[in-house]
Amino acid sequence: MTIATAFLALLEERPQHGYDLKRAYDQHFGLDRPLHYGQVYTTLAKLLRNGLVSVDGVEGAGGPDRKRYTITDAGVTDIQRWLDEPEKPDQYLQSTLYAKVVGALLTGRSAAAVLDVQREEHLVAMRELTRRKQGGDLADRIICDRALFHLDADLRWLEHTATLLDELAAELRGTKE
Amino acid sequence: MSALIAAEGLHKAYGPTVALGGADLIVHAGEIVSVMGPSGSGKSTLLHCAAGLTVPDAGRVAYAGRELSRMSDVERSALRRREFGFVFQFGQLVPELTALQNVALPLRLDGVSRRTAERRATGWLDRLGLADKARARPGELSGGQQQRVAVARALVADPKVIFTDEPTGALDSIAGERVMEMLTSAARETGAAVVLVTHDARVAAYADRSIVVRDGRSSERAGVR
Repeated sequence: MTIATAFLALLEERPQHGYDLKRAYDQHFGLDRPLHYGQVYTTLAKLLRNGLVSVDGVEGAGGPDRKRYTITDAGVTDIQRWLDEPEKPDQYLQSTLYAKVVGALLTGRSAAAVLDVQREEHLVAMRELTRRKQGGDLADRIICDRALFHLDADLRWLEHTATLLDELAAELRGTKE
Repeated sequence: MSALIAAEGLHKAYGPTVALGGADLIVHAGEIVSVMGPSGSGKSTLLHCAAGLTVPDAGRVAYAGRELSRMSDVERSALRRREFGFVFQFGQLVPELTALQNVALPLRLDGVSRRTAERRATGWLDRLGLADKARARPGELSGGQQQRVAVARALVADPKVIFTDEPTGALDSIAGERVMEMLTSAARETGAAVVLVTHDARVAAYADRSIVVRDGRSSERAGVR
């Protein structure tokens, strides 16, 4: 999701000033990476140029931060197109961990040890996310859950692979001969 | 810091099937330790041995420096009642008793008056969000509510260690999270240690550290961090 798309979604909710957009973006989309004001105004300038937003009014003494922006029909269409388009699922076919397992087996080292070390690393990350989740609001929890489910999937692959190491080693030996 | 529970070199076989082949488990006071591993790896047997529910064929289990094997059956039973709490996956509540009576049960078995036992049980039911379910019987509660009653019962006697085996195994993920959050936060507040057996890494992530059991051997013995 680009900053521009996020701004369109926020502006479809209601017209807003640049400052309010930054705050709303940081709260809903920014996580640990808040926007710089420079990014806010360059993004708004680009959206204005492309006809996706317009200036709804100017308040007070003027200046760029006093402009209130609103989404145009073209902007609403843009958001709808973005929501309608499914995201490509990650393929996960390039796995450094799989390469390490094969590397260990080919060189006569312990692939089980590689998996053990990785398991602990994953569990440490999962414990940190779980602590963060417990102290967070619902949005935090849902974001952390996504990461936790992915790490959990990695761990299941890791356990599954651990049961196949002897077989994989035999197959690798076969291909070497 | 000396260990609260020190289980070392445990071996246990059921006929020809080796459940534990030299497993260790060290738990310090107030620590939450998860015991992970695939089905049939021996993790539940390790919990049962550490809690004095099963006698290992070899190895030693000490609680606060006292070897369980040197205690009489009566002493071991009193230890389990007074120092340990248990939460399992299924069938742990008495169906004929209300939630309140189930939670008060360990205290009543230990000779505490009904009035005192029910007062303490009510406190735990309140804390676990079940104040309005005190008069309900287990059959009238959802799976998540039943597990929270089980958690309240495990905590009511102010145990030093809670042993729990797949406490969320029969629950959906939201109910399971609620049980885990309540169990771990209550344990941290009371200073109880928790031994948490699970095959689910998302449940294990509530612990301070994890050990892995595979083919009856634990990672503490194998030297994994």
